[in-house]
Amino acid sequence: MSADSITWPRAETAVHPFVDKLHEWVTTVDHKRLGILYIIYALVFLMIGGIEATVIRIQLIRPHNDFVSPQVFNRMFTMHGTTMIFFVVMPVLFGFANYLIPLMIGARDMAFPRLNAFSFWMTAFGGLLLYFSLIGANGLYGAGNAPDVGWFAYAPLTSQTFSLGHSTDFWTLGILVSGFGSIGTAINIVATVICMRCPGMTLAKMPLFAWLNFVMAGMVILAMSPLTAAQIMLLVDRYLGGHFFDTQAGGSAVIWMHFFWIFGHPEVYILVLPAFAFASEIIPVFSRKPIFGYSVMVAATVAIGFISMSVWAHHMFTVGMSSKANTFFVLSTMAIAVPTGIKIFNWLATMWGGKIEFKTPMLFCVGFLFQFLVAGLTGIMLGCAPFDWQLGNSYFVVAHFHYVIVGGILFTTFAAFYYWFPKMSGKMYSETLGKLHFWLFVIGFHLTFDFMHIPGLLGMPRRIYTYEPGRGWDIWNLIVTIGVVFQALGVVVFVANLVWSYLKGETACSDPWDAWTLEWSTPSPPLACNFAVIPKLKSRRPLWDLKHPDDPDWKYE
Amino acid sequence: MFVLAVTGAIFAIVFSLLVYAVAKFRRRNDDGREPPQVYGSNQVEVAWTVIPILIVVALFMATARVIADIQKASPSADAVEVVAIGHQFWWEYRYPELTVVTANELHVPVSDPRHPTPTFIKLLSADTDHSFWVPRLAGKTDLIPNHPNRMWIDPHEPGLYLGQCAQYCGAQHAKMLLRVYVQSREEFDRWVQSQTQPAHMNIDASEGQRIFETTACINCHSVAGTVANGRFGPDLTHLMSRETIAAGAAANTHDNLRLWIRKPDAIKPGSLMPAMELSDRELDAVTAYLETLR
Repeated sequence: MSADSITWPRAETAVHPFVDKLHEWVTTVDHKRLGILYIIYALVFLMIGGIEATVIRIQLIRPHNDFVSPQVFNRMFTMHGTTMIFFVVMPVLFGFANYLIPLMIGARDMAFPRLNAFSFWMTAFGGLLLYFSLIGANGLYGAGNAPDVGWFAYAPLTSQTFSLGHSTDFWTLGILVSGFGSIGTAINIVATVICMRCPGMTLAKMPLFAWLNFVMAGMVILAMSPLTAAQIMLLVDRYLGGHFFDTQAGGSAVIWMHFFWIFGHPEVYILVLPAFAFASEIIPVFSRKPIFGYSVMVAATVAIGFISMSVWAHHMFTVGMSSKANTFFVLSTMAIAVPTGIKIFNWLATMWGGKIEFKTPMLFCVGFLFQFLVAGLTGIMLGCAPFDWQLGNSYFVVAHFHYVIVGGILFTTFAAFYYWFPKMSGKMYSETLGKLHFWLFVIGFHLTFDFMHIPGLLGMPRRIYTYEPGRGWDIWNLIVTIGVVFQALGVVVFVANLVWSYLKGETACSDPWDAWTLEWSTPSPPLACNFAVIPKLKSRRPLWDLKHPDDPDWKYE
Repeated sequence: MFVLAVTGAIFAIVFSLLVYAVAKFRRRNDDGREPPQVYGSNQVEVAWTVIPILIVVALFMATARVIADIQKASPSADAVEVVAIGHQFWWEYRYPELTVVTANELHVPVSDPRHPTPTFIKLLSADTDHSFWVPRLAGKTDLIPNHPNRMWIDPHEPGLYLGQCAQYCGAQHAKMLLRVYVQSREEFDRWVQSQTQPAHMNIDASEGQRIFETTACINCHSVAGTVANGRFGPDLTHLMSRETIAAGAAANTHDNLRLWIRKPDAIKPGSLMPAMELSDRELDAVTAYLETLR
């Protein structure tokens, strides 16, 4: 009795004891189940990362607070950043990509199902390795706990001299291991998109979701390598007598920064392209119009992919590079604003002249549009090096990147959860709770991250466990912390909605949104094999063609 | 300001368009037909590609000029030269030409725009990365070991300027504070004069001095003119000329000084100064000695 046998929905199946069920899930190679495993893994770590953020904000609610010691605080911000990027956002995006790409391109699974499973488990293991540091890092030297070197772990703070014990090693190894998982998934996405599209689906007819994840996957393959190399070099420094980053022996702290940010900047575009993918599928459906400028959106995506590889040292403007180098990176950073802006205009144009339905997924996408606009503009400000000399490494930067990652990426991810929840679970979520989540979260988000720009402008650097009164920062920090309450409540409502709807929600039909891409032609949830018959299509919106035989897309594309 | 104006204008325009779209194009109760299915428009795409490119070019040129102005400046003959060395978690300042060595509180002369006397600071680090950021004086520049940097400030107003380390450097990064005293030329010259004197000797503090010089204090600290010439911690020769101790973490009062010596972790947990386990009597003596170091 295998999970991969074809079953009709709601057929009688034998009652599996718990162990059998667990075994099915642990050994699955089905892209849909792996997708769900990624997503649930990410949700759990979202809670944990959120708690870490809450500890940070409680400590900073007033000057000279003593909610936690400086050492614990420093671990909190390190773990918060590392967790959120590597064990929340990347897994959740890989999860949705895994679940949806085969369905959207008319395939039965990803190109390499076993590599898919291997990649998930490597990612999962990396996260467990990182958190094992909480109990395991009191190694031979008796020092250390969770890593406390910041999520970008600048040398030489990470050398044995300044980081005793094994906490830094758990950071290094956790990311190294999950990096293999990321590369595996990326290879899978590239192969699947290139080789497994159904008949009639040329690359020019592929949903934007697949395009954006395809470019993202290419970037993962390029960008993870420098990080992996740097991690290995760091381990060589720490254990094998190397001096790559050991400044006391002639090594270079700056070269760590270059390696890290050559990974780190493309990384944030790796995070944002799938978020764009969600928006590019959801906004058209709820505006009741096709995406405006499909080809331009593809071109802009590819442009972003390329240009993002050339902007990394805008994270290093204060490091003392030559004026020529600084000037070059200003140019490349500003250049990337052009294709990104084009995308915002295209989404806006998609909504323009439409008949917008403000269901929960669309609410989150509209929030994304406003917030990503602001985030992009503060990014342009920071890309101007002299601005960055003042505002870099301050709370202005923290506000900027949270605006992108929370206001942009997390909002579209919430939208994606609501949009595809009926497909994945076969149940409808509660629209009332969804809207409650949205409003709570949007209020909390703006309280926290709008006002967070101000302490940055007033001179407050980041990564400080406390601050002096009388600098004018107190009231802003208080407001920023209050916003956390609303966001936390929003997330609680969100999780409650998911759980309750899964257990008790109304059954969902296969196409609750009257959408147009292939996943909506399958039952909710889909058959194990996805499609009984592989579809053939003629346009980008095959379901539109079926529903509007008098006015099909392929006449106009 | 130019950058702010441009980004502000872009924000205002796009934001208004978004608000308009959200308000005007809501689904209303109508015949339920789909709206016109518009796939795109080449002209519009060209427009909103070309205009942003022009904006980017303008922003870039303005920025390039500012970068050049700041980075290409070089010290004139009247400039004051300081070497700042970052430590976990304090600042060492050396004025090579003026032969001053001090810590944590930087004094510079005010600069007259007609005859500028800027201060050029060479930035080094003894351990990890740090960053010198006094917002009202200049943007930040990092102190990176094995990678000397330099920056300059050209303050036109006297006063006390506050800042702090802006690159995470370990447990007490938060309390590696900066205090820059911009003074009139006369005050600055007087300060330099007093800083170049060797330590005041005071016979009444000899017990404290004896304890200071026979325990591990001198492994880290220097007092000019005595046997103490440690380099790991701040120079204490003119400790009492400073308003704060522990890199700005506490005011330089008798009680704070005594507490700091007794138990540094009480003020700055995780700082690298160890508690020396002195008895109350020894503590009083050492504090009294340090208070003679004006």
